[in-house]
Amino acid sequence: MSTRLAANGKDGSDRLSVYGELLASRLLLGTALYPSPDIMRRAVEAASPAVLTVSLRRESSRDAEAGQRFWELVRGLGVRLLPNTAGCHTPREAITTAQMGRELFGTDWVKLEVIANDDTLQPDVLGLVEAAEALSRDGFKVFPYCTEDLSVAARLLSAGCQVLMPWASPIGTARGLMNPYALRSLRAYFPETPLIIDAGIGAPSHATQAMELGFDAVLLNTAVAKADDPIAMAAAFSQAIEAGRLGYRAGLMPPRDMASPSTPLAGLAFRYESHAS
Amino acid sequence: MKITVNGEARTTQAETLDGLCHELGLAEMKIATARNGAFVPAKQRARVSLQEGDTVEILSPRQGG
Repeated sequence: MSTRLAANGKDGSDRLSVYGELLASRLLLGTALYPSPDIMRRAVEAASPAVLTVSLRRESSRDAEAGQRFWELVRGLGVRLLPNTAGCHTPREAITTAQMGRELFGTDWVKLEVIANDDTLQPDVLGLVEAAEALSRDGFKVFPYCTEDLSVAARLLSAGCQVLMPWASPIGTARGLMNPYALRSLRAYFPETPLIIDAGIGAPSHATQAMELGFDAVLLNTAVAKADDPIAMAAAFSQAIEAGRLGYRAGLMPPRDMASPSTPLAGLAFRYESHAS
Repeated sequence: MKITVNGEARTTQAETLDGLCHELGLAEMKIATARNGAFVPAKQRARVSLQEGDTVEILSPRQGG
């Protein structure tokens, strides 16, 4: 237990360190799909995320101010930004988008997505490794959206990644941890690597489960943005992640097959020697 | 010359990428640019000439997950 308690916060604060930076919390939140910019802002305030994910899209002649308005809003929130390469299907697209994002948002952090399939939004793990190698050589600090595959994870670390972001289930499906066995293996296989569950989280309990498995943080968007009350849901996720982390650090008891009474048997009334025979 | 900007065919009088951004009224906006699939940093736009048939991407910040 002591190693868990000392896992990240040498000062006892239990803060997660990624690429040499201490994050303010263990929640990374997306900025898309909210009913309005104001609700997004209030959800961010309720969640206190360490990081906000953002993207880049074509400047539209129909609404030339959309990008500028979003930039002013997100900049005013004062939260560290993580540009993504969402929608990119090739390493080249992802690399160019990452370079554009670095200039636009002024950060060398990038959430690297190379998508294989539009229906599942499954990562193209071969393209992902290729892009991660190129971007790491170019000075980027890459946060790769990946699967739970151990060999791909090893390749990403060799490529220069210092954090991995395995999916729980496909983006936007809200199905939670589809393969907890594989995720547990990933956690055990890379005990020192920051692992952030990214995608597929639908309920606060999913986030808690991920944290109880020992994952270091959770990245989500749709589950908050599409809730009936995104602001309340943002707070719920914030607390769920804290609870899961605290539960993990406290050390969960292992499950067992047979019941075991919690109330002591010693001194139980109405029991006599004759009953035992 | 005829080029493609953000996926749409367009005729431009601009000779450079920076000139195109001015022509579109985007030069002072928060944007990032690419020409023919390759990133062009803001400070290099004035030195990048446009050619017939070029494809240009002009991106701005957006919501993302």
